[in-house]
Amino acid sequence: MTGLLPNLNRVIGLSGGALDTLMPMHVWVDLDGRIVQAGPTLTKMAGQGELTGKPAFSVLELRRPVRVRGVQALMRLEGRRLGLVLKQAPDLPLRGTLTGLPEGAGVIMDISLGLSFARGVTQFDLTLSDFSPCDQTLELLYLNEANRSTMRLSRHLSQRLEAARAAAETQAMTDALTGLANRRAMDLDLLRSLRDPTQDFGLLHVDLDLFKQVNDTHGHAAGDAVLERVGRVLRSVTRQDDMAGRVGGDEFLILVRDCTDAGHLGAIAARVIREIEVPIPFENHSCEISASIGITATGTYAVRPGLDELLVDADTALYQAKRGGRGRFVFHGMAGSEIPTGRRVSDPAPRGRLARHEGDGAALDGPGEKTAH
Amino acid sequence: MHGMVNRALQGFVTTTYGADAWASVRSQAMLPVEDFEAMLDYPDALTMQCFQAACGVLQKHPNVLLEDLGTWLVTHDDLEPLRRLLRFSGPTFLDFLYSLEEVGDRGRLAMPDLDMPSIVVEPQDGSGFRIRATWVLPGIGPILLGSLRAMADDYGALAFLTLDGIEGREECLLVQLLDTKHSAGRRFDLGQAQT
Repeated sequence: MTGLLPNLNRVIGLSGGALDTLMPMHVWVDLDGRIVQAGPTLTKMAGQGELTGKPAFSVLELRRPVRVRGVQALMRLEGRRLGLVLKQAPDLPLRGTLTGLPEGAGVIMDISLGLSFARGVTQFDLTLSDFSPCDQTLELLYLNEANRSTMRLSRHLSQRLEAARAAAETQAMTDALTGLANRRAMDLDLLRSLRDPTQDFGLLHVDLDLFKQVNDTHGHAAGDAVLERVGRVLRSVTRQDDMAGRVGGDEFLILVRDCTDAGHLGAIAARVIREIEVPIPFENHSCEISASIGITATGTYAVRPGLDELLVDADTALYQAKRGGRGRFVFHGMAGSEIPTGRRVSDPAPRGRLARHEGDGAALDGPGEKTAH
Repeated sequence: MHGMVNRALQGFVTTTYGADAWASVRSQAMLPVEDFEAMLDYPDALTMQCFQAACGVLQKHPNVLLEDLGTWLVTHDDLEPLRRLLRFSGPTFLDFLYSLEEVGDRGRLAMPDLDMPSIVVEPQDGSGFRIRATWVLPGIGPILLGSLRAMADDYGALAFLTLDGIEGREECLLVQLLDTKHSAGRRFDLGQAQT
């Protein structure tokens, strides 16, 4: 191996211009604490014009590892990692390191933006040319911006996926033809409501009468039109919090929240029947159907019922309504000759009880005997 | 292929020729998705299908479409973040030209899984440069032609660029840099990233 042996004590001469090129953020301070020379970028950042001749401690403030105000104390920090700020920008922590110069020429400190780089370039209005090509601050800035862009793209993707997921979930919970909840959604909601002991609700099991005839006579398209119409009817009689679902070919469930009152539930049933009996025009025909309804409510049980029990009871009541002739509703648990059935009439609904179902014109058979509960 | 590339093609067609044009490209290419997602991967074949469909729908020669795409990448407002990232490469167009050899590393810093072209810049006599580029898909030459012309404008440099043939997988360009300070160019503030 040839060439010069490494000798750390050898002294070399560097011009001021050379220092500016190698360390655009350096400052050279003499033993009196005055600035001999400052790099062009540091000069720009300090915002005090030409720095040569100015007291160093009027331009910068050394904070770490200790607060220092004299050159002698400064020299004892040779080689250490320094934390400092410029007087003009006390909120932007900078980083530095220094070394003493031979023959009492003072100290040279090199400074960098450290982690303040993003704020620093903005605040000091720095450009690409203000950094040495060896200073990777520019790469940090680049990376910072690139990260922000990719982050935005990732967030965009997440949002779209979330929207798609929500749409898929709605789809999985919805009966496509009627727009009502499907069996799965209905069961889930019923289970949730049953598990919550503070929730009491009524359940109407609706079965269409004469629907098969419509299908057989006018075809499936007519049947579909009828089902769509029923969907609209059920949506119109339910409130925002209630839930109506299609749970079979021509079977529907209505969950009426915070209501176990027989009169109230009967009024809803009567209205459903009345609306469904309105003839539905399809092409040149008029489709006429009706509905039978079985009703139960959580409040009528001594012990909180399970989902199956509730559904079976509503179904049993529905069966009784069917047996009594189409277009009727029956409450669960009202057996024998006392079966409270409803048939739509034009009597006004009992005030107060129906107040929450506005627009309900008529509901029940004569007061008393058939709605007692 | 990285969704970024597909997304760029979609963005270029949509913003330049309209949503209907993109819908035609989509149906011709039998694209299984409505929108490309920048952060997902797609089969390379899909990218090529889309590009060929775009050439057909827009009645453009592939090289012309690629060059326009290259220009669009640098000049469209929606891609200002990309233009800014490119400007980090150097204070002048000359620095920028030399930094093209770093474009792979630079791209991977931003997106580690993005396939970036590898580029060699050879100074010629005088103020000329020959650029040789290789990429996973064919067409990097015309894309670079469009992008570099736009970057010369961005820096305010006057440069003359032409395609210079294909050697194996390397697509070549000639750059004649006539004036680095021909005009003011577009502004680039280091610390003024749009949020």
